[in-house]
Amino acid sequence: MTTIHAPRPTALEVQTDNYLTHSRGFLSWALTLDHKRIGVMYMVGVLASFFVGGMFALLVRTELLTPGQTIPGVTADVYNQFFTLHGAIMVFLVIIPSIPAALGNFVLPIMLGAKDVAFPRLNLGSFYLWVFGACFTLVSLAMGGFDTGWTFYTPYSTTSPAGGVIPVLFGVFVLGFSSIFTGMNFIVTVHKLRPPGMTWFRMPLFLWAIYATAIIQVLATPVLAITLMLLVIERTINIGIFDPSMGGDPVLFQHFFWFYSHPAVYIMILPAMGIISDLISVHAHRHIFGYKFIALSSIAIAIFSFLVWGHHMFISGQSPLLNTLFSLISFSVAIPSAVKVFNWLTTLYKGNISLTTPMLYALSFLVLFTIGGLTGIHLATLNTDVHLHDTYFVVAHFHYVMMGSALIGMIGGLHHWWPKMTGKMYSEALGSTACVIIFIGFNVTFFTQFYLGSKGMPRRYYDYQPEFQVYHVISTLGSYFMASGFFLTAYCLISSLIGGRKAPANPWGGGSLEWQCDSPPPHDNFATQPSVGDCYDFRSLRWDEATQGYVIDPVLAAEAAKHPLH
Amino acid sequence: MTTLPTTHAAPHDAPEHGGHDAHGEHAKYPFLQHHFDTPAHQFGSAKLGMWLFLATEVLFFGGLFVAYAVLRARFPEVFSYASHYLNTIMGGVNTCVLILSSLTMALAVRFAQTNKKNAMLLCLVLTFMGAVGFMVIKYFEYSHKIHQHLVWGKTFYVPPDDAGGEAEKLVLSKAPELPAALVVANPAGPAIPAFEPIPAVEVSAIKAANKAPSGLSTPREQAKEEGLPVASHDAALEHPSLHLSDPKMPANTHMFFAIYYCMTGLHGIHVLAGMVMLAWLIWRGARGDFNSNYFTPVDVGGLYWHIVDLVWIFLFPIFYLIH
Amino acid sequence: MAHNTSHEHNASSEPHPLVGHLVPMWLLFGVGTSLLVLTAITVAVRYIDVGEFNLVIALGVAVVKATLVALFFMHLKWDRPFNLLTFVGSMAFVVLMMAFCLMDTGQYRASQFKGNPPDVESTLQANAPGAPVARFKPDAP
Ligand code: HEM
Ligand SMILES: [Cu+2]
Repeated sequence: MTTIHAPRPTALEVQTDNYLTHSRGFLSWALTLDHKRIGVMYMVGVLASFFVGGMFALLVRTELLTPGQTIPGVTADVYNQFFTLHGAIMVFLVIIPSIPAALGNFVLPIMLGAKDVAFPRLNLGSFYLWVFGACFTLVSLAMGGFDTGWTFYTPYSTTSPAGGVIPVLFGVFVLGFSSIFTGMNFIVTVHKLRPPGMTWFRMPLFLWAIYATAIIQVLATPVLAITLMLLVIERTINIGIFDPSMGGDPVLFQHFFWFYSHPAVYIMILPAMGIISDLISVHAHRHIFGYKFIALSSIAIAIFSFLVWGHHMFISGQSPLLNTLFSLISFSVAIPSAVKVFNWLTTLYKGNISLTTPMLYALSFLVLFTIGGLTGIHLATLNTDVHLHDTYFVVAHFHYVMMGSALIGMIGGLHHWWPKMTGKMYSEALGSTACVIIFIGFNVTFFTQFYLGSKGMPRRYYDYQPEFQVYHVISTLGSYFMASGFFLTAYCLISSLIGGRKAPANPWGGGSLEWQCDSPPPHDNFATQPSVGDCYDFRSLRWDEATQGYVIDPVLAAEAAKHPLH
Repeated sequence: MTTLPTTHAAPHDAPEHGGHDAHGEHAKYPFLQHHFDTPAHQFGSAKLGMWLFLATEVLFFGGLFVAYAVLRARFPEVFSYASHYLNTIMGGVNTCVLILSSLTMALAVRFAQTNKKNAMLLCLVLTFMGAVGFMVIKYFEYSHKIHQHLVWGKTFYVPPDDAGGEAEKLVLSKAPELPAALVVANPAGPAIPAFEPIPAVEVSAIKAANKAPSGLSTPREQAKEEGLPVASHDAALEHPSLHLSDPKMPANTHMFFAIYYCMTGLHGIHVLAGMVMLAWLIWRGARGDFNSNYFTPVDVGGLYWHIVDLVWIFLFPIFYLIH
Repeated sequence: MAHNTSHEHNASSEPHPLVGHLVPMWLLFGVGTSLLVLTAITVAVRYIDVGEFNLVIALGVAVVKATLVALFFMHLKWDRPFNLLTFVGSMAFVVLMMAFCLMDTGQYRASQFKGNPPDVESTLQANAPGAPVARFKPDAP
């Protein structure tokens, strides 16, 4: 924020051209190479999938209201399909692409001051691969669905009578390539398109997170792809590599699957951590504490994440030696995660906190991620996991981290960048109420499940002992409450499109480059190459009543330039 | 822009763009995309992107290499036995074909860099021919194996055209005895059999298993000398499932062929994809798209072709050259 | 990192590349020939029995060949170090996965079915009726 050459247009000036109005018509979107439009299309797709996946979740929860059958017509087999669909949609169609592909696509090049990502055509291609993969999921439903669980464990997945297994395997394969290409694109973009002056350690932390995520996407996803291909040929021509009755090795499948899927949980959480780093610093108006630690811990997590996959396989027959090793290494992953949490807390300490909606999401994240991460340690403890494996405890753990952290981070980021993406401000009252409802509903739903699991309720069961019922009812009611929060969020955001106040360029007081261009950004992002300073130094920003946003005050800027923070 | 390409001069993490006269560069080089500053910037980005893609290819194949290693560690005797069914000569020739096509690909890049359009096209066509040659040889290998019922899965033992059930009888009579522990007296009893550790396969057994059925890869004379049963050549032709009558065939031999078809099949698919890519390069090259300033597609396409070669360089020894 | 122009042997007669590295002809042919020779060697070694070393030699030769292809045909010798890192790193991850998986394999040896699929299938049927076992499909190719 030290030097700004180009005079900023004030928000009162009429904007004639932005990326939304730049060209019109269906094809101008369907064939666009503009990363912002691609990001918006991803966002629409991801949110639509989130709605569908959420409906399945509500069906699952409703079915569990009573032991035995609750919803007429939902037999155990149908129930298996429900939770499988819920899991597969949420993981592969929602959480994995949500932050990198949707928000990342929109924000990353702007944060870099670049005109676009390195390979715009590939970017559009990734989006269509995503659409294609989503279509395969629909095809699978038409062909009889699938009931293998999102983990596709063999030998069940190779013998399951459900008709839609092969199409969905193919769909996930395609989605994997969508994710790979996005990752490749972002790595090259970060390497090659940084503006002069933006050294690695001047990048916003969100970019570090996306970069670390992209490393995982590129290195881990191909293994999933080949595993799914092996499953497909196993199912079609009985090749036998995972089939114990033919001398194959079903545990090898689990090795393959978790070699991807453990890193994949970091594909989900790392970008959310990046968002949180930015949200906390911007909305507390305080320089991020321990920048380098947060940045490097992202890379550390990315590398470590490849060394712990066996903690999902403690009771699969994995050797005691590996069990011990994996348990030990899993503990060590907690270190970089904790480094981040402590740095965020320190950033908040004595910060000038604005309790905006994004900040509320960031604070929710802190609570929920801490619970989720700590229960991860319970699960990574070898002997504890023997008791907890495949119970609702695991379900609660991964919902705290996947939904409570990754998804909440995404929704927080969506609120943070919504003014930038749409040019409209949403109602703070509605937004923050929805956030509180979601937070309460989430905890009611999933904290209960920790208790259920530790009492021995197995996951993925249709029926259960009557003494569990009261907890299932609490959990289900919580999920309804949480769902109402999401509907309120949807109302809040959609209504802002219609009646929202026009967004200023910098509504929150952010220092990274995207806040230097208009809301919504023009087609080319920046007319001239923007200059780069320390994006967490907010001292030169001043609240401007006229535009209802933050502007750079030349006096403050000159003052700040005299006393650099680092 | 006569100085050194930035690709080589700058340290890898220095941001490269912005330092040049962006507009001049774009006017001079029509192929330069709007978000890159110089041809070197664009070229370097494309190469980095391709290398990342190659990294994904390495992991894609890597999964199968891991499966190979695990299976081989479980059934060492199977691998040393079954590898004799593969034709080393054909495999070796195919290796040479791929190496030569890699060479012509590298030459094509060089000719593109030096504006020798016809030489470049010739090299690309030669590379394409190499790919075709590879696939033709592969086709003969595959069809021969399939004819002999050297295939994956249970069809290895029970061929679909085995009307009289002869092959099944063969395999049942020749298969090693199941460990007694597996046969549960009372089927309603414990579903999990009490496993006794099976003694590791003795080295001598592996050695014996090394001897493929005579008439395949062990010279018949040598086999006779060693007193092995020698199947007559005619029998080998008449009875496609000859392997089933070999008393030395270890259990789970089909696993070798399962992983063999997976790995070489996936590699074959990559060769086919490479042919599509080469055809595209030839078409664009003939149109005159490439010159010493702009040859990125040839270069990154070449990288892809070399990795296909590289994978084969590893596939060849692990399947054809094991004892 | 080697400097590109210093490797140029016929730079005067040919246009200097704006981007990329021009690999001299003799080097390309030299590498090609070495690859063919190495292939011949590795095939020849197959017919000599040196026990476990056969595998070591075969893989060693493969590694040398791969290195030649990567360094010269794929220009890694003159390329940015990060591209090399990407490539070597990706292989390191494969090795990592292989190492962990192999640590496991010895453990299951005991629980392996020692038989061919038709028998194993009937044994499994007897021992664990109804367990998910891939059924033999007679009409499979
Ligand atoms: C703080 C570090 C973490 C540790 C030590 C940890 C540990 C574990 C362990 C040991 C399990 C296996 C439990 C079992 O099946 O018995 C598990 C399951 C799981 N974890 Fe974590 N975890 C951590 C963070 C995360 C994060 C950040 C995410 C996602 C964003 C995540 C997602 C999951 C999922 C999805 C499962 C269940 C997969 C399934 O079986 O369906 N974990 N975790
Ligand atoms: Cu995990």
